[in-house]
Amino acid sequence: MQFMLLFSRQGKLRLQKWYVPLSDKEKKKITRELVQTVLARKPKMCSFLEWRDLKIVYKRYASLYFCCAIEDQDNELITLEIIHRYVELLDKYFGSVCELDIIFNFEKAYFILDEFLLGGEAQETSKKNVLKAIEQADLLQENFSSQSPHNCLSTP
Amino acid sequence: MSDVVEKTLTALPGLFESQTGAAKITNRLRQLIKSITELTSKHEEENLIKRELSAIKEQVSSPNTTMKQMREIMVRAMYCEMLGYDASFTYIHAIKLAQQGGVLEKRVGYLAVSLFLNEGHELLLLLVNTVLKDLQSTNLIEVCMALTVVAQVFPKDMIPAVLPLVEDKLSHPKEIIRRKAVLALYKFYLIAPNQVQHIHAKFCKALSDKDPGVMASSLHIYLQLIRESPDSYKDLTGSFVTILKQVLGGKLPVDFNYHSVPAPWLQIQLLRILSLLGKEDQSTSELMYEVLDESLRRAEMNHNITYAILYECVKAVYTIHPKAELLEKAARCIGNFVLSPKINLKYLGLKALTYVVQHDAKLALQHQMTIIECLDHSDFTIKRETLELLFRITNAQNVTVIVEKMLDFLRSCNDEHTIIHLIGKVAELAEKFAPDNSWFIQTMNDVFSIGGDLLQQDVPNNFLRLLAEGSESKEEDDQLRLYAVESYLTVLKGHTSHLPQCFLQVMSWVLGEYAHLQESVDRREVIRLLTQLLDQRSVSSETRVWILSALTKIPEGQTDLILDLAESLSSSQDTVLRQQAQELRHLSQDSQLREWVLPRGAPWDGIEVDSSLSFLDGFVSEALAAGAAPYKPPHQRQEELCEDRALNLEPYSFSLPVSLSSCSITDRQSPTLLSVSSGLSGNSAELSQKAGSSTLILEGVKRVWGKDGYLPQKEATAPPVDEPSAAVQPASQQEAAERIEPRPEPSTQNQDKQQLASSLFVGLGVGSSVSLLGKSEAPPPRFRKKPRPHESSSSSGTSKRSSDSSSHSSRNTTDSFLYGSFPEEEPATSISTFDHTPKSTTANGLSQNKDTKEDRHANTSQILGGDMVIVRPSTIQDKHPPSVSSDLTALLPADLKDLPHSDVISLTSDPSLSLSSCRLFRDEALLLVIFISNCTETVIKDVAVQLTCEELKTASLRGNVMDCLEARSTSVCHYALLMDDPHTNVSLTGTVSYQTQPGHTNTLPFSGTLSTADFIRPLVVTTEEYGKLWLSLSHDVKQNLKLLTDAGDPLRTTLNALKDALQLHVVDIIGSEGIVACRLLSGAPCLLHCRVNGAALAMWLRSPHPALPDFILYHCQRALAHH
Repeated sequence: MQFMLLFSRQGKLRLQKWYVPLSDKEKKKITRELVQTVLARKPKMCSFLEWRDLKIVYKRYASLYFCCAIEDQDNELITLEIIHRYVELLDKYFGSVCELDIIFNFEKAYFILDEFLLGGEAQETSKKNVLKAIEQADLLQENFSSQSPHNCLSTP
Repeated sequence: MSDVVEKTLTALPGLFESQTGAAKITNRLRQLIKSITELTSKHEEENLIKRELSAIKEQVSSPNTTMKQMREIMVRAMYCEMLGYDASFTYIHAIKLAQQGGVLEKRVGYLAVSLFLNEGHELLLLLVNTVLKDLQSTNLIEVCMALTVVAQVFPKDMIPAVLPLVEDKLSHPKEIIRRKAVLALYKFYLIAPNQVQHIHAKFCKALSDKDPGVMASSLHIYLQLIRESPDSYKDLTGSFVTILKQVLGGKLPVDFNYHSVPAPWLQIQLLRILSLLGKEDQSTSELMYEVLDESLRRAEMNHNITYAILYECVKAVYTIHPKAELLEKAARCIGNFVLSPKINLKYLGLKALTYVVQHDAKLALQHQMTIIECLDHSDFTIKRETLELLFRITNAQNVTVIVEKMLDFLRSCNDEHTIIHLIGKVAELAEKFAPDNSWFIQTMNDVFSIGGDLLQQDVPNNFLRLLAEGSESKEEDDQLRLYAVESYLTVLKGHTSHLPQCFLQVMSWVLGEYAHLQESVDRREVIRLLTQLLDQRSVSSETRVWILSALTKIPEGQTDLILDLAESLSSSQDTVLRQQAQELRHLSQDSQLREWVLPRGAPWDGIEVDSSLSFLDGFVSEALAAGAAPYKPPHQRQEELCEDRALNLEPYSFSLPVSLSSCSITDRQSPTLLSVSSGLSGNSAELSQKAGSSTLILEGVKRVWGKDGYLPQKEATAPPVDEPSAAVQPASQQEAAERIEPRPEPSTQNQDKQQLASSLFVGLGVGSSVSLLGKSEAPPPRFRKKPRPHESSSSSGTSKRSSDSSSHSSRNTTDSFLYGSFPEEEPATSISTFDHTPKSTTANGLSQNKDTKEDRHANTSQILGGDMVIVRPSTIQDKHPPSVSSDLTALLPADLKDLPHSDVISLTSDPSLSLSSCRLFRDEALLLVIFISNCTETVIKDVAVQLTCEELKTASLRGNVMDCLEARSTSVCHYALLMDDPHTNVSLTGTVSYQTQPGHTNTLPFSGTLSTADFIRPLVVTTEEYGKLWLSLSHDVKQNLKLLTDAGDPLRTTLNALKDALQLHVVDIIGSEGIVACRLLSGAPCLLHCRVNGAALAMWLRSPHPALPDFILYHCQRALAHH
């Protein structure tokens, strides 16, 4: 996988993960172009898109579009399922996830993505194992912060 | 996903209250996000983020900020970056956070690093120590974090530093660590394969890991390794088959199930590996038949994920050595895809078919109705894939229908990539299967007009080559050429302004070369049509050259027309055109010379462009023998300069001149040896390093002569061969197709679809003997190219031609096309017979400059201000003195009014139109505003300004074309010009064309010069920043300048004078020293350090751009001299 983008129906970027080194300018250009193209597609159209020399696989969940770029020989359907598994993971972690969870906790969404995909390849496909890893890290954070009052999170 | 509850922004307030424990949001981030959602305009958002970023900047640089606060700040910075704003000043703090923070902060720090920094970013070096430390940590979480970051971004050069630690982790007791380590090594393999070569054995251990996650991760590496060299891993086939069997048999923990399918990702990975291993290898393929069969059988459930596996399975079955039974099953599977109502599956079905029809074209036949439906599908993606499929099943019988469909699609398509891709295929099909001449020419006309200037250069080149070389039968060739000539004359009689340049070029070449074949056509008519093109402003100067070459070739007898044309062009602004006009004049007057230069009907495959310049070999070897240094290309010289500084570890090598003279002088007549020696002179330095082995490098050198004399060119004979057909196709397959063949009677509304189907799939049917693609039954391709000695790309014309070689060959052909059939011997003399301009096109820019300078001398009285020079035709010069109206600046668009600008100067004028210009200095560009005033009482129509300047880039232009200009009114057009590389002065030339009466176009040329000074902008920096920048710049120039001593403070006066003239920024003046800064538009900075040295000003300039200081110095000198 070359990159993954999450954006809203309004075209606002919510998450971006690049697995190929590109300059910021290129990233912005690609994002702009893709968001436009994907948003312009009708719901009954297929989830794939030939774009430059890449293949774009996208899927809409509620108000959020998940969009991955893969190479030509990659399997489009399994990429759709990667998106789906990621949504499942988010859903499980946040408990019925919605766009706002991802906006306000985008760093968490990144942590989960990093446990699931690493360097553009599926790292761990077992839902249980991914969540276990995230929870362990979270738990350690909690312990760590409760041990030292200095580091206590300022609760709003 | 239906179970994800959609919550909209209206739920926002509620959400804040519900935020507890697990999803804590820091105060500031929440505030930031909340206020952004409340904003209404992009502008407000920009302001808010700007404020936020400056707050962040303040916080990160404060020493009191705790790590905890830093963590919040980093999250906010990531948010700002995601919105598209630059927060690069936080990058270093992200690294610090990963380095110094506790686990809590480290996690965010590492995340920020992986999001912010690219693989090549220099700051990553600072991360290496942190990663090393964390890899050795006893805290598992820290090790995980370090491995995660390593697998995403890590500097290539530092891999050896962490490699041993990562390797150790492969035997870590925790599976999550082993898994991450494997993926980190995968990443290392991708960016630096050599460095992980020694650990292949450990990959093997990972493959047999007891944890399925680790094993699955190792498959990524194996897929990559096997893709590169399948032969080295054949022995692992058994293991992969066993693993796949275990997965299919449900031996993995239930955790790995996905929608009750066992480990689908793992299955797909394994299927891919197996298809790579079994490709063109019968014995390996036999090992996997059973498991593939099982895979096909198991995937029954109707869910996306099973289709994903099936698709991969079908691909594998068709990639490996074929087995009838499996192929049959796979074909049925494809049916399920194609017939599925789900559009995603339909798409994959088409894709699979596209892949499969290469082996078995009949499969497309079974699904013809679906394919027809997809052809009219509203989804662009589906349509395109269908065309791709049709392209594969094209044969001589259905080519017209398919090409028609492709062209229809292209006419409605506006995606550049798609057009380039498909139009090449249309051209390929047309060339391969054209049923007759008129269709072929018509189709190619469509290709040229649709593809336009996006076309790959080899499409027109191939077409012209085909016309020029012809086939065995001269009669047929001439007929084709005749059709082309006729067709083009019709095209040229119509509207030509919209035609792409490349089409015009093709047409003019063909007309020039073959117009004489058509007896009935009036030569004068051809000349008139071509000349008409020359008058069009949309025609590029390159096309003009093509047109003129064509005119040169049209036979004699029309001297009066030609002389008129030559006369009118002899005052052209373009030196190349002027030169060609001269040639035209000479040739039309001297028929003998013409006969010699442009022999009619000479077989032009006799022309061979000697790109190696081997005819100079004698000269080169003599020079070398006389002790001259061998030629080295500039880049090589540069490299060697660097190498010279290191120790030379090579043993003494032979000196080159000896080996060269011995080999090249032995037999002067042998082209092989000559071209070898010319290769030598090209790469002499490389050779001298390798001379120890004393072998000649013959790579890339064509062997034309062997021991026994001339070698006939065999390999270049490449008739358009189709894909080797699936001769292996078993009989049962055919029977299966036959069974399905009888289709239900067409219902009435389907009748036309059926008709379309019969025309599309003709030639694929079982009834006709042509059942497989590209079998010998297919009629021979219409256009068979003659073998050519220096044809570098085969004429089968797949789009996967190596771009290098084709671009090379295309350049050669364009060169020779331009000059039709120039005699090969001594091209130099034939050009030099035209005594007027001995320099050819290469001298273009130079001589143009010279011309402008000459013009300036002639018109010195006209220098009005700035550096603008007016060049006007001298005839009208006296009647209409330039009138510069100062109130023109009032006409500037409102958004430009406030910019600093120069005086308005007149550019040119005639009785109806007058042009003036003004330069506006914008930070990132120079705006050249041209005022076009109508001096008459009538409306002027179709006014168009065209400006050319080779040294400058036009970033934008507005208002250069107007439909009409009212009486006594003025219109404004402006060009934003950019200068990438400094020049002292650049000259602009341009024309304005207009119509006072319909059909009567006037052109008014103008020109002017701009100086680098127009592109210099102040660079506002503080003294500290100046100091830092000074140290980082490499190119410096020192010079003493005149000091203005007429006022009290000479230094200040001088600097102010410079500042006024050149828009410099005076940073600081300390005692007798002053520092000044400027930049070239928004590009390279230049720093000036000035010191009073007696009566002179010692100026020291530094810049990252090697040439910029010189130009600035030049302008400083001028400014002071003028003062």
